Parts: sequence; C-alpha cells; structure tokens
Amino acid sequence: MNTIGRIHSVETCGTVDGPGIRYVVFLQGCPLHCQYCHNPDTWDRTKGKAVTVPELMEEIVKYRSYMQFSGGGVTVSGGEPLLQPEFLSELFRALKAEGIHTALDTSGYASLEAAKPALANTDLVLLDIKSYNPDVFKLVTGAPLAPVLEFASYLREQNIPMWVRFVLIPGLTDQEEDIRKMAVYLSGFPNLQKVDVLPFHKMGEFKWDQLGYEYHLREVPPPPARITCQVRDIFKSYGLKTH
Amino acid sequence: MQEQWNGFQKGTWMEEIDVRDFIQKNYTPYEGNDTFLAGPTERTKTLWEDVLKLMEEERKKGVLDAETKVPSTMVSHEAGYINKDLEQIVGFQTDKPLKRGIMPFGGYRVVKKALESHGYELDPDTLRVFTEYRKTHNNGVFDAYSDEMRKARHSGIITGLPDSYGRGRIIGDYRRVALYGVDRLIAGKELQMRNLDLPKYESSVITAREETSEQVRALKRLKEMALKYGIDISLPASNAKEAFQWTYFGFLAATKEQDGAAMSLGRVGTFLDIYIERDLKSRLLTEEQAQELMDHFVMKLRMIRFLRTPDYDQLFSGDPTWVTESIGGMGMDGRTLVTKNSFRMLHTLYNLGPAPEPNMTVLWSTRLPRGFKEFCAKASIDTSSIQYENDDLMRRYWGDDYAIACCVSAMRIGKQMQFFGARANLAKALLYTINGGRDEKTGEQIAPEFAPITSEYLEYDELTRKFDRVLEWLSRLYINTLNVIHFMHDKYNYESLQMALHDQEILRTEAGGIAGLSVVADALSAVKYAKVKVIRDETGLAVDYEVEGEYPAFGNNDERVDAIAYNVVKRFMEKLQKQTPYRGAMITMSVLTITSNVVYGKKTGSTPDGRKAGEPFAPGANPMHGRDTKGAIASLSSVAKLPYAYSLDGISYTFSIIPRALGKLRDERINNLIGIMDGYFHEEGHHININVFDKETLLDAMDHPEKYPQLTIRVSGYAVNFVKLTREQQLDVIHRTFHEKF
Repeated sequence: MNTIGRIHSVETCGTVDGPGIRYVVFLQGCPLHCQYCHNPDTWDRTKGKAVTVPELMEEIVKYRSYMQFSGGGVTVSGGEPLLQPEFLSELFRALKAEGIHTALDTSGYASLEAAKPALANTDLVLLDIKSYNPDVFKLVTGAPLAPVLEFASYLREQNIPMWVRFVLIPGLTDQEEDIRKMAVYLSGFPNLQKVDVLPFHKMGEFKWDQLGYEYHLREVPPPPARITCQVRDIFKSYGLKTH
Repeated sequence: MQEQWNGFQKGTWMEEIDVRDFIQKNYTPYEGNDTFLAGPTERTKTLWEDVLKLMEEERKKGVLDAETKVPSTMVSHEAGYINKDLEQIVGFQTDKPLKRGIMPFGGYRVVKKALESHGYELDPDTLRVFTEYRKTHNNGVFDAYSDEMRKARHSGIITGLPDSYGRGRIIGDYRRVALYGVDRLIAGKELQMRNLDLPKYESSVITAREETSEQVRALKRLKEMALKYGIDISLPASNAKEAFQWTYFGFLAATKEQDGAAMSLGRVGTFLDIYIERDLKSRLLTEEQAQELMDHFVMKLRMIRFLRTPDYDQLFSGDPTWVTESIGGMGMDGRTLVTKNSFRMLHTLYNLGPAPEPNMTVLWSTRLPRGFKEFCAKASIDTSSIQYENDDLMRRYWGDDYAIACCVSAMRIGKQMQFFGARANLAKALLYTINGGRDEKTGEQIAPEFAPITSEYLEYDELTRKFDRVLEWLSRLYINTLNVIHFMHDKYNYESLQMALHDQEILRTEAGGIAGLSVVADALSAVKYAKVKVIRDETGLAVDYEVEGEYPAFGNNDERVDAIAYNVVKRFMEKLQKQTPYRGAMITMSVLTITSNVVYGKKTGSTPDGRKAGEPFAPGANPMHGRDTKGAIASLSSVAKLPYAYSLDGISYTFSIIPRALGKLRDERINNLIGIMDGYFHEEGHHININVFDKETLLDAMDHPEKYPQLTIRVSGYAVNFVKLTREQQLDVIHRTFHEKF
C-alpha cells in the first residue's frame, strides 16, 4: 500500500489554492510544458523527494487546527498531480479518513481512468483551462485540449465542485472570441463554483533560466488591470461567478 | 452608596478596592460587529490636525521642546493645552504638548547626555543637586556592581539593563482613580499604614511603612496635579467623560514621575465602557460623543514623551513609550470581556489614522465573538498596528483582570509588579563556551577562565555539556545583577504613585530574558546534524565557522531542532530559578528582543549556525530569516511549541505578510488571518505581531518618509513609526522573512 510519491515542496500557508488556509503539496512531474509555467522546476518526474502517504500524513495533521479554524484543508498541486494517481488516491483517502478537506489543482490533462479513484475522495477540483481554443491550447501547452474537456465532463457527471482557473496572457489567451466561447461552455456546468482569472506574471522566469530552458514570454508584459477586469466582466455576463 | 455610583450593580467593590468585581457586576459584553461605530467629530479632526503639525515639527527636530531645569514631578509644571476649547480630555506631562520633562532620579547622566544630544544644556544648579546632594538610582547601582557585572554589561552578554533610568513595566491600576476617587484611596492606604504598626520592626516592615507613606503623599500630589487643570478628583467620577479624565490623570501622573522603558496603561477599555453605557442609557451621551472621548483620550496617549539618548532610540527604534492597552479577552465565567469600547479603541486607528501608540494589544481567545475577530483582522490588514496575545493561555495563570506591560509581560492589575531585567545574549554565551569564557570580538576574559574547545570540528556532547556550565555562570551573574538594580531602584527611584494604585500585598516577578534563541537552536542543530568546522585566529580564538552539509533549522516545524529550542528555554529558566531573587520575587523569563536584535547582532561574532559576525539576530522568538522554507504556518508552529510555562514573561513572534499572500479577496484575507490566529493560539503560541503590507510600500517609505508620517509597523512586542527607524533597522525589517508565497 505504501506507494512512493515524489514531491517538489510544500507550502504550509496556502491561501489561494482553495478555501481557507491550506497545506499545499507540490508533486513532481508534469506532462505539459506551458509557456507561462511558474514552476518549471516541477516538470521532471524523476526529481523531487520520495515520501510515503503515512509520512506525509504525519506532517499534515500537525496543521489540523489551522485548517479547521479557517475552513481550509489540503491542496495537491504540482507539476501535475495526476501523473502520480496512485499516490494521490491513497493520500486523499487518508485525508478523508481524517475529515480533512481535499482539493486537486490540475490541468485535467491526464488519464481519466487512472484519476477516478482519487476523484472519488476529492472535495474540490481547481481546473486550469489554458484556452478554449484548441489551437491556442496546443500552442501554450504543447498538448491537445480534448482530454481536458473530457475530464471536466466527468467532474460534472460526478458533481464534484470545481473552480476554473484561466491565465490571461496578452497576445496569447486574450482573444475575446475564445473567452466568450469558454464562458458559454462553462455556463453549462452546475458544479462550477467560480472562475479565477489570473493575470499572467513572470515570477517564474528566473527558474526557466536556472534550468536552462528557453523562456518564450520574455517580451510579454503582464496584462493591465483594466483588461483583466474586462475579461472578468465577460465571464460575469454569462452568469459565472468570478474575481 | 456614593451618588456617583447611582445605577451601578452593588457588590463587594463598594466596600473593598476591587475593580474586577465592579467590572464583572456591571459590564455589558458586546457580540455584534463594527457597524455602530462613529467617525471623528469636527472637534476631533481640528484638534488632531494641530497635533499632526506638532508631530511633524518634532520629527524634523528630533524633540520639539525640553525642560532643562525643573525635574519632572506630578506638580512640577503648570497645566498645558493644545486648544483648551476643543480638548475633551486634558493634561500633559509638562506645561506644553510634546515638551519633554527631565527625570534625573533614575540617573542624571542620561538626562544630561540626552539634553546635550538635542542641543540643550542641563541647568547647572539642577546638575549640582544631583551630583552633590542627591544620589540617584544609577549611582547606587554602580556603587554595588561587581567587576564581573561591569564586564558582562560592557561585553554585551547582558544588556538593556535598567540601571540608568526608570525600570518601567509597572502598571498602576489607574481605573481606581475613577471608580473610587483619590480620597477613598488615601483612606485605604492610611488604614494599611495603621495595620503595618507591627510588634517587631524588621527591615521589611520599615520598608513597607516608608513606601506606604510615600504612596499617601503621591496620592495627595495626584489631587494637586488635577487641580492645576481645575478638576477635583477627590471623589469618584460621575460620568463617562470624568471616568476617562480621572483614569487618564492617574496614568499621566505616573508618566510625570517615571520614565520607565515601558509605561503601560493596563486594561481600561471595558471598565470605561460601563460609564459610557450608563450615560448612553440616560441619554447624556451619543455614540459620536462616546467615540470622541475615546479619540481624545487616545490622542493624549499618543503624545506621551520621554527624553531619551540617541543610542537608546537606536536600540529601540524611534521613540517608543509602550503605552500598552490590553483589549478584549474572555472572563472566567465564559462571557467575553469585549465591549463596544474594545471596538472604539481600535477604531481610533481609523479616526486618527494608524499609530504605534498606544500599543494596542488584543487578548485573543478562540472563543472571542466573531464580529470582534473580524474587526481586529480588518484593522490589522489596514493598519498593521495591533499585536495579539493568547488569552486562553494567560487566563490560566493570571485570571481575567490582567494586562500586558510593555510587549508581552502579563500582570494582574494592581496586584502584581515586575522587576524588569532586559535580557541575556545566549548566542554570545554559546561562543563563550567555545572560547573558554573569552569574548569572541575582543579576546577579553569575561566569564571565569575554563578550558576552551580545541577540536577542529565542534562535537555536540562536548558543546552542550560546556554550554550548560556557561549558562550556570550566566544565570547566577544575571540574577545578582538584577538584584542590585532593583534594590537601588526601590531605594532611590521608587514608583510611589504607581504603587499607590496597587494592593498592599503584591506578587513581584523578577523577569529575565533571552536573545538569540533561534541562533543558538540552529547552531546546536548544525553541530548535531551537519558538521561545523571552527576557524581560529592566531591567538586560538574561534572567530568563524564553516557549516558542511545541511541541518534542520528552527521555523520548519521540524521536531529535531524545535526540541533543541524548547530545551534551551527550559534549561535557562531552570537555572534562573535556582538563584535567589530580590525581595522574594518570582523569577520569570521572556523570549523577546524588542528591536535590539539588530544591535545584538552587531555585538556578536560569527556563530556556528552559519550567521556571520555582525549580522542581526532574528527578533524575539522568530526563526532566522530565510531559513524557514515551508511557509508561514510551519514557522508559527515551531514558535508555538516554545513553552510558556518556562517563559512566563512572554514569547514574542513577529509576522509579516503581504496582503495577497493572505488571499485574493478582502473577506478571504480576513477569514484567513483569523484562521492563522485561532490556529496559532489554539496550539498555545503566546504572542504575535501582525504586519500586512507590501515590500514596495516600505522601500518607498525609506526614500520618501514625508509621504508616510503614520506608517506603522509591528516589531518585537510593540509598534513603531517606520520612518523613525534607522536605515539599518529599516533594512532589517525588509529583509526579515516576508511571507509572500501565493
């Protein structure tokens, strides 16, 4: 049962990856190589520190009071957590046994079959949809969009609460038509609780340089606050909750 | 029944001096939110503008004005005003606002030096009085100090000792002035005097008789002081305005007589709320007027000043007075002690803008009403002017009518006082261990000579064994030094007014403290879990260290090193407890550096944790900056493990976070900040300063201080004006762990 997980790092005071104060586990390894990724050091699935679920649980339960008082829990992020579905599923099962809220921060680009056991113990999915335009999606991530949409449909089917995160990158994901199409698509999800519009930032740029990767967005500025607001308004106009 | 007490519930408080009983019988707990609060009145706005102008002028000049001749007493100066028609609460320490008095009874040298540094000269006649005719506390101390005490003070292994000015950290129960009027207090002390006519006049009896006589005299002078403002405080206060004024006069009198490092106010908010509620009910007062009283009271508290030397200001960052007011908390019977006045006090941070004083200290319980928690969190996010301390923890030791003196020292009001003992530098003690008692900076033999460690790599068992012996020596020297200081302070600079507002029988604590805890914990962890190579100079003195490999650092919720930190606290406290305190005091200890962590660092050589000579320590019980890598909650968890039971004078932690690391939306930030505090205090953390601001704001304030006259930040146990810090301290604040992951 003691599957080995590979973790990149932990953050004990996560406040934006789900409700309340969250213990965030960053798992190592990602199948996508998004151009704007701010954690490219989590891509390589052979790196990171090896831990078992009991070891990690021993750490996590130390923070139970902070989670309880703030309505928080544990968020597993990455990398792409669904690259380690067995470890994830074991961890979430252990967390639910302890009554701890679970959130999964994922791109949705993963084997759905492999993900299902983990999703059975998932209280919230933070689904990162890079773009609703398959061509842009391919450009940003190097992968096809279809599996992500299939993943989203499964969440709807299972009625698993979902927050969608959308990173606004000037000149890449900011086409109004694409955004409107995504809003229409998302308005068909009763399990969707909100859409987070995240303005692109370059805080991960130095990591790309350190790792010797070529960073393509060097010249791209963060979007002005005005544009970010406009995009939020588009989502709102389709009845979606956003901020 | 006194007519001023009409409408109050009866109780033993009427027969005995018992403010707590009065509060418990009469106060109205408030469980609502902040919507009832009123903004500043026109009078408040006009008056505050005048004050701001004076403060701006003071910031430019250093001090606005200073007395050079007449030593400050309760009645040394005539009444002073800003604008008599507007001021609802009156009274200054001298005859003018922000004019600093002189208090040479603690030591004339400090007064002389401070005056000179600001371009004034101490009057020669006054100087002659204190050099030829009247001995001071400072002279007494140096008459009795041993060579070893002088050396320890000089090398900085024990520092910040109150041996040249007032010791502070005594809170008079200023509420007694309002509730009983001064005549009743005098009568009580006179009765005590008669009861002190004991069969055998031993020195303790004689001391008690002399002190009680001093107290009676002080109370008479207190009345005289109030009369200078045309106010007779012989009888109890009869309404809210009088209750504020009477209470303030009590506190003001203390600050005219004593320049203690910390002159704390106590816990007056809920007491005063009882008077406001009575006046609101009988329609003598509106909410606007109630808030106005609070605003004007707080304005006065913000204007308390002491004359300090530049190196004092450098040590403590600006011009602090530690007018600490304890707010909120829970009662023993389960009712909250939060009242509307708890809100009104915090609301002054909006009506008058943020400020370091009064040092607002919320006594936090996980059971506080949600509305109050939300208002506190909101005010912290907006102003960074509040510190929080664990009421659930302290109530177990001190009941429900204690207050915080200075930063983290809890004391039962009117029933307990402290012999303040500053702190011992444990990081330096560790270096003395390695160097056989020689100072690592000068090579001078400070501790008794013993065999130094001579191995190339430090060995854990040898180091801890020898460290234990150094702590043994240090604790003995430390308590003996404090005994000298407090004996002389009682003799030459007795706080007669503050002690007149205490019971006859009181608990005295003798409070030691430690600095450099996280340096020591990390150093011991490095020696245990990595390899530490010693670099020695030609005389064999260890002057630097190389850490090979990694070690668990304090602040990551890692039991391997957290247990070391715990044991250092426990071990030193147990050693202090073996010593013989002055006047039968109870020995306590704090983990608190004030802001002297920067100066301590300067005076301490390289340490085996990898910290280089001269680099600042972390403040208080904080982990060393940059070494806590698992985020804020892990850091809080390590600190919360430090044992309050072995550090009853408090354990200080300073937390700085950027707004967006608390959450995206304002409501989320408020909720998460409440969660952080509920979690931390539930885990038995003792104290936390909360700062919420962006690094960019601070950088901008360094370059453009004029844009940020009221920018307040919390440092170890109190708050300061950021623009009043030295550049070095500003940089330390900025470099210190800012939790900014998101």
